[in-house]
Amino acid sequence: MSKYFSPFVIPFVIGTILLFVFCIWKYIRWYKGFDRLQRAIIKKNILSWKFLPAIWEIVMESLLHRRIFKRNLMLGYMHASIAFGWFLLIVVGFFEAEFGIHGSKPFWVAIFYRFFQHDHNTFTSATVFTQVMDGLLLFVLSGIAIAFVKMIYSRIVGMKKVTKHVIFDRFAKVSLWCIFPFRLLSESVTAAMYHNGGFLTQTIGDILPFANVYVEYTCWLFYSLALGVFFTSMPFSRYMHIFTEPFLIFFRRLGVKEDEQKSGFTMYELSACSRCGICIDACPLNKQLDIKGVQSVYFLRDIRYKMLKDEIADNCLMCSRCASDCPVQLDLMSIRRQMRDKKELDTKNNYRYLDTVRAFNAMDRVVYFAGCMSHLTPGIPEAMEKIFETVGQKYWYMDKEASICCGRPLMQQGFHTQASELRRKNTQLIVQSHARLLVTSCPICYQSFTKEYKLPIKVMHHTEYINMLIKSGKLKLSKDASLKVTYHDPCELGRGCGIYQEPRDVLSSVATLLKIPEEREHSLCCGFNLGNTVIELEQQEKIRNAALENLQTGNPDLICTACPMCKKAFTRATEAKVMDIAELVVKQTEN
Amino acid sequence: MRNLKFGFAISTPRSINLDTADDRMLKELKAAVPSFKRCMNCGACSATCSARQFTDYNIRRIHSLFRQQQYQDLEKELQKCMLCGKCTLVCPRGVNLRSMIMNMRKILTDSKRKNNE
Repeated sequence: MSKYFSPFVIPFVIGTILLFVFCIWKYIRWYKGFDRLQRAIIKKNILSWKFLPAIWEIVMESLLHRRIFKRNLMLGYMHASIAFGWFLLIVVGFFEAEFGIHGSKPFWVAIFYRFFQHDHNTFTSATVFTQVMDGLLLFVLSGIAIAFVKMIYSRIVGMKKVTKHVIFDRFAKVSLWCIFPFRLLSESVTAAMYHNGGFLTQTIGDILPFANVYVEYTCWLFYSLALGVFFTSMPFSRYMHIFTEPFLIFFRRLGVKEDEQKSGFTMYELSACSRCGICIDACPLNKQLDIKGVQSVYFLRDIRYKMLKDEIADNCLMCSRCASDCPVQLDLMSIRRQMRDKKELDTKNNYRYLDTVRAFNAMDRVVYFAGCMSHLTPGIPEAMEKIFETVGQKYWYMDKEASICCGRPLMQQGFHTQASELRRKNTQLIVQSHARLLVTSCPICYQSFTKEYKLPIKVMHHTEYINMLIKSGKLKLSKDASLKVTYHDPCELGRGCGIYQEPRDVLSSVATLLKIPEEREHSLCCGFNLGNTVIELEQQEKIRNAALENLQTGNPDLICTACPMCKKAFTRATEAKVMDIAELVVKQTEN
Repeated sequence: MRNLKFGFAISTPRSINLDTADDRMLKELKAAVPSFKRCMNCGACSATCSARQFTDYNIRRIHSLFRQQQYQDLEKELQKCMLCGKCTLVCPRGVNLRSMIMNMRKILTDSKRKNNE
C-alpha cells in the first residue's frame, strides 16, 4: 500500500470522498422528497423493460450529447469531447492500471498511473494503452480549447449569447479547465525522466528544458489539487448536472413527471441543468426585447440557490420555445408554474356563481367548446358551426351564451385550487351531456382538456377534427393552388400538444402552403401568450411583429393560424389577410 | 323586504375623505402595473368579461373604486375573476388588466394580513 502512496494524492482523495458523500446525501434527500404518485410510478416500473431505453439515452445524451450535436457540430464536439473523452480516460486508465500493476492497489493509482508505474512495458500492448491514453487526453484538451475560445467568441459554437455565471460557477469552471493541462504537464515531465510517455506526452517531455523530481512532484500535486477542488465544488456548482442527468433520464423513462407542487423530482431537474445557456438565444424576451436574467437558465439557477424573485418567475411567455431547445429536455414550463404558486391568494369556492349553469343532453352530438378567446374572433365559431352543418353533424355549442374558462390561464399563474374548481365545473357539464367527442377551437383549452382534465371522452382541436372530416371524405373542398398561405404554429398547439401535421394537411388540401424560416418546434410566439403578466402591450407588439415578419416571408396572400389569440394579435397589426384554418376551409367548401 | 326585488336598488352613499384616505396601496399598484393609469374608463373590459356574463362582477367599477381608494369588498369581488385574459386583449389603451387584477388581490391580501397582525 505504502508503495503507492505519496502525499500529493491527498487533495484528490479528499475531493473524491467529499464528492460522493455530498452526492449520495443529496440524492437520498431528494428521493425522499418525491410525492406519493411519483413513488408509486417508480415502484411500478422499476422492474420493467423501461430501464433499457434509459441506459441508451444516458449514453447518447450524458456522454455523447446527441441533442447538442444536432444543434451545432462544434458545440456538440465541445461537450462530447469533455464528457465522453474524460469518461474514456477514466475507464481506459482503470484497465491500464489493472493490467499494469497486479494485486491490490488503492483507487488513485489509476488516476496517477504514470507517476506510480514508470515502466511502460509491463504487459503486452501496454504501449498501445499509452498511445490511446495520450489520444484521449488530446481529445479532452481540444474540447477545453474550444470552451476557452467560446468564452471569448461564442459565435464559433453558434451561440449569440452565453450564460453569465455566478462567481462560484466560474471558480469551478477554472478548476475544471486546469485539470487536463496539468495532467498533460505532469505526464510530460514524468515522460521526460523515465521515457514512459506516448506520442503527445513524450514529445512535449523531450522538449521540456526542466525535468527533475521537484518539478515532477509539483506538477502532480497541482493536478491532484485541481481534481480535488473541482470535485469538492461539483455538488454545489452547475457541474452537479454531470451525475444528476443520468438519474433524471432514468426517472423520466420510468414515467415520473412534474407535479403541481415542487417535489424531489424538481430538485433533480434543477441540478440537471448544466447552465449551457442554449435557452437564452431561444427566448423571445431576449431576442426582441433584450430582457436579461429571466430565461430558464437563470430562473433554475435562482431557484436552486434560493434567490428567486417573483418578477423573474412571472416574466415568461410560457411559449416553451426554450423547452424545445433544451438539451436536457427539462420540464421548464411545469417548474415555472410551480414557482408561481400563489398560496394565500388561491382561495376556494370563488365560482359559486357557476352553479346555475346546467348541462345539455347531447347524447348523439359533438360538444363544441369555442373557448374564451374565440368569442373575440366570432368568425371562428361561426365557421365551425357552418362546418358542422355542412357535414350534417349535430352539435352542442357549449359556451355559446356565456363561457366558462377552461382554467389553464389560472393554472399558469399558479392558482391551482381555483383552476381545479373551473375544471370540475366543465368536467361536470361535459360528462353530463353524454357526448362522445369534444371539439375545441382554442389551443389553450385543448391543452388543458387533454393534459389537465381527466375527461372520459375524446378531445380534438378543430384542425384535427377538420382533417378527420377531409380524410374520411365527409368534407369536400376545392383546392385553390394559386392561393399562397403561410401557417403560424401556435405555441400551445405545436410545442404544447405536438400538433404540427394536421393543420398543414388541411391547408395543403385547400391552398399552397409556403415554407417559412421558423416553423414547427421553432415557431415564434405571437407575444400575446397569457403566460406573461409582466411585459406591457408595446413589448408584446414587438414580439408579435417579429413573428409576423417571419410569417410574411415569400409574400403569402394569406396568413393562417389555428389559435384565436394569435389571430387577434396578428389582425391588429397588419393589412395582410389573417384567417383561422376553419374560416379558410369554409370559404373553400364545395357546395 | 330585503328579499323583494324591485329591479333597482339604492346604493349606499360613498364619499372620499381626504383626511383618512390612504394612497399607499394605490401607489403600490401603480408601481407594479404602470399601465393602470392609462385607463379611460371605456368599459370594454367589463363588456367582454366572462365572469360578468354570470354575475355583476365589473372590472371597470373595480378599477374606479381602487383609484378612489375605496377598497371595501374589493377583495371578495376580485376572486370572481377567471383570469381568462379577454379584458387585456380588448383593452384599447393597453392596460395590463390581468396583471392589475392579480396585483390588486395581492396588495389587498397583504394589507389585510398586516392589519390583522
